[in-house]
Amino acid sequence: MKMFVNTNKIKKVGALPARFYALAFSLLLVLIAPNLYAASTAEQLKNDCAGCHALVAPTEELLTQRMTRIGPPLYYAGSKYNAAWMEKWLQAPTRVRPGGEFFAQHTVVTDEGDVIDKSTLITHPVLSSAQALAMTEQLMKMLGDVKNQSDFEYKPKKSSRKMGAMNFGKFKGCRACHQDEEGYGGVSGPELHSVSSRLKPSFIASYIKDPQQWEPRSLMPNKELNGKEIQKLMDYFHLIGGE
Amino acid sequence: MKIFFFTLSFLLMINSVVAIDIELGKKLYQANCSQCHGMEGDGYGVNAADMAVMPKDHTDTEEMVSRTDEDLFKAIKFGGKAVNKSVLMPNWDANMNDNEIHAVVAYLRVLCCGTGE
Repeated sequence: MKMFVNTNKIKKVGALPARFYALAFSLLLVLIAPNLYAASTAEQLKNDCAGCHALVAPTEELLTQRMTRIGPPLYYAGSKYNAAWMEKWLQAPTRVRPGGEFFAQHTVVTDEGDVIDKSTLITHPVLSSAQALAMTEQLMKMLGDVKNQSDFEYKPKKSSRKMGAMNFGKFKGCRACHQDEEGYGGVSGPELHSVSSRLKPSFIASYIKDPQQWEPRSLMPNKELNGKEIQKLMDYFHLIGGE
Repeated sequence: MKIFFFTLSFLLMINSVVAIDIELGKKLYQANCSQCHGMEGDGYGVNAADMAVMPKDHTDTEEMVSRTDEDLFKAIKFGGKAVNKSVLMPNWDANMNDNEIHAVVAYLRVLCCGTGE
């Protein structure tokens, strides 16, 4: 009897803290898990991405750095890319720069003229949907220099595709380096037929206005375009982007 | 004797400055110009295929000697429009400072005429 009472007491007393600890541990896990996941994503970004992408702004950007770059800088990714595009792209990466990050690394001289040797172009690793979501959330926190930010709000206006194409190619000369349809236009710059879904409008506008404020050694010239001219180009991007 | 060494040092210094400028000019040319004008400067860069106006052939000696260094400097800094040429040649003043543009001009003289002077 003495023994039965004692065992029962032990069971009751012992079971209660065990349940309590299990509950407390689960609660703690639920609370800290997102932070742990974020920490591991930040760690993954550092370990897996820093080899090709700058994650911190350089104190001085040198021409050599630009000419040897493998991927675009990401320290202002949150100011540059649309989150929805990024999440989707990381799961099925496509080539944004037809000639690679720096065209001359992939250029071969032939009798017909210089061409991009596609076999030398690097493909981006594919991420799972969960990894892509976590990585996009992490990248969106990286805003870069706040003084470069623009509060520009793009409002699409009516535009003519034909006039837009003429402006893009003939008047502003953008097609010399950029493609406004797949396979048509220059290959040294990023393609622009999907730019309206890829990049934030505020970034597109501020980059056209002053590329060097984002990248001191950007290969893009500053054409000194005014707001109206930038709006026209953005309307064309909007139109060809199919939105 | 002192004058001889002074003159020799001065000439060597000038020579090294010219050499450095050409190397810098070559690097800048590769970064900014070769995408249209070609890795060898013949006007057949990777972007040339879809261009409405062919980029200038910088190896064309006859054409290039007809341009002064000032003309070339102006075309690079302010773009083709500034010298009544195509707008497809943009202004490079945000990409290169004046010294760098002078270096590119020096390299153009190497491409066209085999001399940076």
